[in-house]
This record gives sequence, structure tokens and C-alpha cells, in this order.
Amino acid sequence: MLEALGAGSMDELLVDVPASLRLRRLDLAPGLSELETMARVRELAARNRVFDDRLTFRGGGVYRRFVPAAVGAVLSKPEFYTAYTPYQPEASQGTLQAIFEFQTLIAQLTGLDVANASLYDGATAVAEAAMMAVVHTGRPEVVVAPYLHPEYLEVLRCYAEGRGFQVRIGTDPGNDSAALVFQSPDFLGLIADGSQVTELAHAAGALAIACVDPISLALLAAPGEYGADIAVGEGQQLGLAPSYGGPHVGFIACRQELVRRLPGRLVGEAHDGQGRRGYVLTLTAREQHIRREKATSNICTNHSLCALAASVYLTYMGPDGLRQVADVSYRRAHALADELSQLPEIELLHPDRPFFNEFPVRMKNVLHRLRALEAEGILGGLPVARWYPELEDVAVFCCTELNDPDALAQLVAALRKTV
Amino acid sequence: MREPLSFELSRPGWPGPRLPEAGVREAPAEHALPAHLRRRRTPDLPRISEPELMRHYSRLASLNYSISENFYPLGSCTMKYNPVANEAAAQLPGFAYLHPYQDQATAQGALELMHLLEAALCTVAGVDRVTLQPAAGAHGEWTALRMIQAYHQARGERRDQVLVPDSAHGTNPASAALCGFQVVEVRSGADGRISVADLESKLNQRVAALMLTNPNTLGLFEREILEVAEMVHATGAKLYYDGANLNALMGICRPGDMGFDAVHMNLHKTFTTPHGGGGPGAGPVGVKSDLEPFLPKPTIERRNGHYELDEERPQSIGRVRSFYGNFGMLVRAYTYILAMGGDGLAQASEDAVLAANYLRSRLQGVLDLPHDGPCMHEFVASARNLAEHGVKALDVAKGLLERGYYAPTIYFPLIVPEAVMVEPTETESKATLDAFADTVKEVADLARTDPQRLHAEPVSLPVGRLDEVAAARRPVLRWNAASESPTEAP
Repeated sequence: MLEALGAGSMDELLVDVPASLRLRRLDLAPGLSELETMARVRELAARNRVFDDRLTFRGGGVYRRFVPAAVGAVLSKPEFYTAYTPYQPEASQGTLQAIFEFQTLIAQLTGLDVANASLYDGATAVAEAAMMAVVHTGRPEVVVAPYLHPEYLEVLRCYAEGRGFQVRIGTDPGNDSAALVFQSPDFLGLIADGSQVTELAHAAGALAIACVDPISLALLAAPGEYGADIAVGEGQQLGLAPSYGGPHVGFIACRQELVRRLPGRLVGEAHDGQGRRGYVLTLTAREQHIRREKATSNICTNHSLCALAASVYLTYMGPDGLRQVADVSYRRAHALADELSQLPEIELLHPDRPFFNEFPVRMKNVLHRLRALEAEGILGGLPVARWYPELEDVAVFCCTELNDPDALAQLVAALRKTV
Repeated sequence: MREPLSFELSRPGWPGPRLPEAGVREAPAEHALPAHLRRRRTPDLPRISEPELMRHYSRLASLNYSISENFYPLGSCTMKYNPVANEAAAQLPGFAYLHPYQDQATAQGALELMHLLEAALCTVAGVDRVTLQPAAGAHGEWTALRMIQAYHQARGERRDQVLVPDSAHGTNPASAALCGFQVVEVRSGADGRISVADLESKLNQRVAALMLTNPNTLGLFEREILEVAEMVHATGAKLYYDGANLNALMGICRPGDMGFDAVHMNLHKTFTTPHGGGGPGAGPVGVKSDLEPFLPKPTIERRNGHYELDEERPQSIGRVRSFYGNFGMLVRAYTYILAMGGDGLAQASEDAVLAANYLRSRLQGVLDLPHDGPCMHEFVASARNLAEHGVKALDVAKGLLERGYYAPTIYFPLIVPEAVMVEPTETESKATLDAFADTVKEVADLARTDPQRLHAEPVSLPVGRLDEVAAARRPVLRWNAASESPTEAP
């Protein structure tokens, strides 16, 4: 190619780069064969300890769940994972239709009118929803109910400081409040009364933003059912591996009136000249590549492949499968809570509050006990004092369909030994 | 070939997959979920069997164009081959099943990988520290601007403007606005490069940063970058590097050496993590040492031979997302860097520049080339030479789709009318580039001889041109169920 260009060397093509900037070499180790590369990477992976699915009782926003093989099979199709954002709809109908299905699934699950093509994660979904509310109401603060995932709260604060609105913890929105944000189940696993919180928000003229667990929505009242304006959440549980915290997928759904304030991509139905149905990126007048600094958000891509995983998962499960997953998780968590509460020196933190599949437990020497569990191959509950000093000695335990009855018995026996 | 929606394939009565029963003693009655907290209506998810599901998604996959299938000349998107070893690495159980809230002592391999990746990215970009947390390029831009904002605030300065060239990616002004900055546009000169005179007139004590990509979106290296950096720094502002075009520079020169203070990098462009049909990507941000105190939490530190997540960073802007970044993408990028090595990465960038210049030369006389070469890793042509036949850049794009290629980026950058932006990447061979150039010529010839035919294309794809205007006027954003069925609570 150099020859065809009539160039003697690469330097002739790089004439615009000032000589003082030219590097002599890139100071990294020489390249490796695939065999050596994989050996090196495997060695790093081996230095991580992975706990058995059945013996993992830790959640806190990331969960071990059964992932049907169909999810991996679809995600490993290069037609999906090596495609770009679907700018040319005629050559991207696979991705576009899959996103349209995702939008519908999330709208169904949350009971709201519309959902977007996905966001980065649950934390940024909360921040984007809060910014929607601030723009929609023109009010300067967002009120956040206690025990929103602490990292979601930190992310919300980081966005708020940049954008210039206030974040306040409480359940008492006033005339300055754009929204009341609440999580249900919250970081401790406890279920909020969505109707009550939504009424509080609406009485103050604020939007109600519900941060929800998508699996729980097979059992628990949907945000749309209790009148919330925006629902957001983390979709990792829908077919994605924990992967040390990412990539996962955020979702956002809202009432129809708010659709033009939604951030990010939206896919809509369209037709060609012959009347054939297809799908396109639509309402792009909200987006950065058209509106630049006037866009609803700076988000450019979504987490399309992760959204695809969620779609395959939900489609595989169907309403009955999802209900069964939620139900088994619920029953096992409640059976475990019951067993744990009967152990000496262990008590449920909120025996009267309803929970879904995570619940807080107070036990003396919690860190010592959790280490003792690890020695037996069990990843116990999540100690939460690092975020909430008032919850010293509290750990939040989680059950999913992967924690079979024998695993529960193993956990109880191991904990009994630590007493 | 119309593929039904999964909802349309749904069969009432399909019982769903077999799943285990709870198998535990029934919890006491006081644990029963109160009625007012229960869902009233079953969500109307599709009910389809696994074989039907697999066929549905296989058929959908067949409607997609992808880099694994053929050349993807999409400008500014760096559609290079995604090595399959990257995928195997990310799926290793030691990475895939690691919980982010495990004791750090049990995640040393993951932390070490991130530490090594940070070091490699520092070397490539010429910066002192890197945060791996941002989930995408736009997220990285915003993270960097938040740090610059915090830096000025810490010095007691209120700077409320960000300068953005008229050729910039749309995410630049949008990210600046999301940080509450006023966006001021800087004009490009006739040669396609930033106008130093215009820049000078807009630099003042209100300016927090200039956002720049180099090579710029025209694929041209900003020759006066050292002068630009000096001017920006002289007013106390910071220089921000949009890393969308970093694939042009590895081993050739470094943004940090040019004077950039903050640099975002798209692992899904330069470092071969797959685009996934629109994410997940990863947009790490590198900074010079004076911005280091403001990095998002946590950073990864090596202390006494161990790797730690450092949350004790009083000046940090805080968290920009949950956990530590799109870790699975970090594994893929690190795997690529290991396999390529320093020499390999440098070769990749040289080959990318060579491919772009070669393809550019092949399109001379076919499309307009408004700026003089040489270019870096991409170039912008214009279809305005076809306007007299009533043919637009959009028609050229659709003609290429019809002939088995993805289309270049069109109508961007905004400063070139009828822009056709082409980035071939180092992946493509001379034979591939020749075949593509021949096809562009075929389309351009058709524009002259039979423009009507071109206007009607594509005709052999799953759908023809879709009416996007009608779609936006009355948006249908979901499939609607005819009815929903009631459910009982547990």
C-alpha cells in the first residue's frame, strides 16, 4: 500500500506530527502468542476465589442466579456482539428488534408505558431519572429515602454536584423537591410501601422515582400499579454474571408524558415503502448527536448486549418461570431468616418489616463469623457497617433459587459453630 | 423476511421452563407478603419454548451486519476485529463469577489485572494515573470534566465555560452541559484544523477546558497542538483529549506529551472489546498528576505487595457508577494488550493510518476530498460531487448497504456538507480495501447513470428505507398486549 501511495516510508504519512512528539518505541512488553497470553490471564483469574453458587449468600446489588444456557448461546453470536450501534437500520434489524423487545419487556415488568434501550447500570439509571425530574419540574433538589444502595447515592451526588442540584436524605419532599427517590427492596432488603411513598411525592408536586429489583416484580407491586412516574433498576440478575461488578445493565421506564425527557436510545416501529414493518432509532431529537449541548443526556450508547441478555432471560422464563424464580427465592430467604433467628446471639434486625429475598441480621462479631464461614467455603451475608456506622454487627443475607435447602442447612450449621 | 416479535410468538398455556421447587418448610404466616404489597397483574412476558426462542434469536442475528462478517468502514467508530481470545478470557470463571463485595484478599487477581491495565494505558496515553470506571466514552468525557471542574473549584476559581470545536463529537458539548458548563464553540479553519485565532479570541479566565480530539474528526492531525496547549495552559484552563481517535496514535505519539491534562480512551474502539450492538464498552480516563486527587473512588493501589481499593480520597469527585467499572471489558482489553505488546500496538496504529491513506487515495475522483492529505486513521469525503444528479450521502450509504457493506458514518462531522466519514482500521487487507473502493465507485457511477435506482436502494435487505419521520411523529416504542391476565399472590 505504501508503494501504491508513492511513499517511501510511514514517516511521509506522519508528516503532520511534530518531530518533538514522535515516540521511538512504545514501552510495553513484547507481544505474546495466544497460548502465552491465555496462560498469563488464567494465572490472574486463578488468584481470585470464586465461591460455589449454592453457598453464596451475598447480594448487595449483584446476585448469583441461574442463567439458562440459552442466554450465553445468543450472546456469543458474533452478529450480535460484534455489531455497532444500529445507525443503518436496514442492516441492523436484529439489534433493533431485540431492543424493541427489551423496551416492551421492561415496560411490562415495571407496569409503566415506555422504557428506553437501557443504561449503564442501576446507579447511573437513578442519576438519569433524577435529572429527568429536575428538568421536568424545574425544582432544585431531589429527596432520597434512606437505604438507597449507598453506591447509587454516591453516583447521584456526583451527577448532582456537576449539574447543580441538591440531594437530601429524607421522606419529606417539599415545594423545592423535583422527586422522591426510593428503593424497594432497599439496600437492606426491606420492601417499601410504594403507594404510600408515591402519594408523599405527589402531594408535594414531586415525581416518584422507584428503584426496583426486576426479579421481585414477579411478586411485588409494580411501580406502574402504584402510580410511580419513573422506575429504574439494575438488570444484572436477568442473565448476567457478577463479573466483579460489570458490565451489567441499567433500565429506565416512565409514564408516556415523560417520554421526551428520557435519556439515551429509543427504538420505535417504522415501515418501509412497501409497508413492511421494521425498527429504527427514534426521537433522536433528544440526543447528543443532534442536540449537542441541549440533549437530555450525554449518553451515546446503551448496554445493548446486556439488554439482549435480559431479553433472552425474560423470554426464556416467561411469566411463570419468573414467578417461580421469585417465589423460590422468597420462600427460601424466609425459611433461612426463620432458622437464623433461632440461633443464639443472632437476631433479625427488623422482624416486623416485610422483605423479599434479602434481610438484615444482627450478630456479634459479624466479621469474625463471616471469615469463619469463608473458611468453610461459604460467602456469607454482606456486612454493612462500612456504609452505615449505626448498623455495626449487621449483615444482609440473600437467598436465590441457587441456594438449595442443603446449602441453607450448611450455612445454619456453620453459623451455629461460630457461636 | 419479517421476524415476528417474541410476544407474537407467545402461546398461551406454555408452562415455562422447569425450575426447582423451594423445598423448604413453609414460613410462618407472619412472613406472608401483605396483600397491598403484592403485584396485581401478571406481567405479559412471552411464553415460548426454548427451541422457538433459539430460532427467534438466530433469525434476528441473521438480520444484523457485523464486523465478524465483513468490512465495517464506520468513521470515528474504530470497527476493528474483536479477537475471540478476549471473549474466552472474560468468561474464565475466576473473573465472571467474582462478586464485587468479596473481601479484597480474595480478589487479588482481578485487582492486579486492573492495576496492570492502568499502567499499560498510562504508557500508551502518556499520563500519570487512569481511572477504569467510566462505562463508555461519553461517560469518560463527563468524568474528566467533573475532575477538571473540581480542580478549578479546589483552587477557588469559578470557571463556567468549556470550549468545543465545531468539528467535535456531539457527546463533547452534551457532556460539558451535563456538568453545568456553558459550551462555547471554536471554529475550524479552511484546512480543517482548529482556528488558532478563533481559539485565542475565546480563551479567558472563564474557560475551564478546551475539549479536543487529535487527530480531529476529519482525520487530520492538529499540527499546532503544542501551541494550542500552551495557549490553553497560559489562561489556567485544562486541555481535554477525546480519545475516540486514539487508534491513530499508539506508539507514534502520546496525548500526554502533547500537553493534554485528561484523556479518555475507548476500550471498545482502540483496544478491541466488542461493540455489542451499542455497548457495553468502557471509557477509562487518564490524567496528569495535578488532577490525580480528583479521580473517582476507589482507585487501585499496590501496597506491601497487595492490591487494594482505596476509598480514602478526600478530594475525589466521588463515584461515577457502581463498583469498579465494566470489569469484563477491562479483562478483554488487557488480554488484547498482552497479546499485542508495545510493538504490536504501534504496528496496529501505523497500519490503520496506512489503510486510511490508501483507501483515501483510491477514492480520489470518486467522491470529493475536501481536505488535503495525508490523513491519519480516518478521512472525511463528501458526496457533494453527486448533488447535481440528485444523489446525497444517504444514497451512497444505502447503495453500499445494498452491495454488502456497512455504510461509512454520514453527515458527520457537521462542518463538511454531505460528509462520508471512513475509518478502515488495521484489520483490513489491501484486497478488502480495493474491493470496497471499487464498490464506492460503482455506486458513484450509478449516481450518474441511474440515480432513481440508487434512491430506491436497498432492495435486497430485510427491509427497505424506513420512514423515520413518521416513526418519530407517532412513536410506537413497545408492543402492546391486547389484554393482561390477573394473578394471585403467594
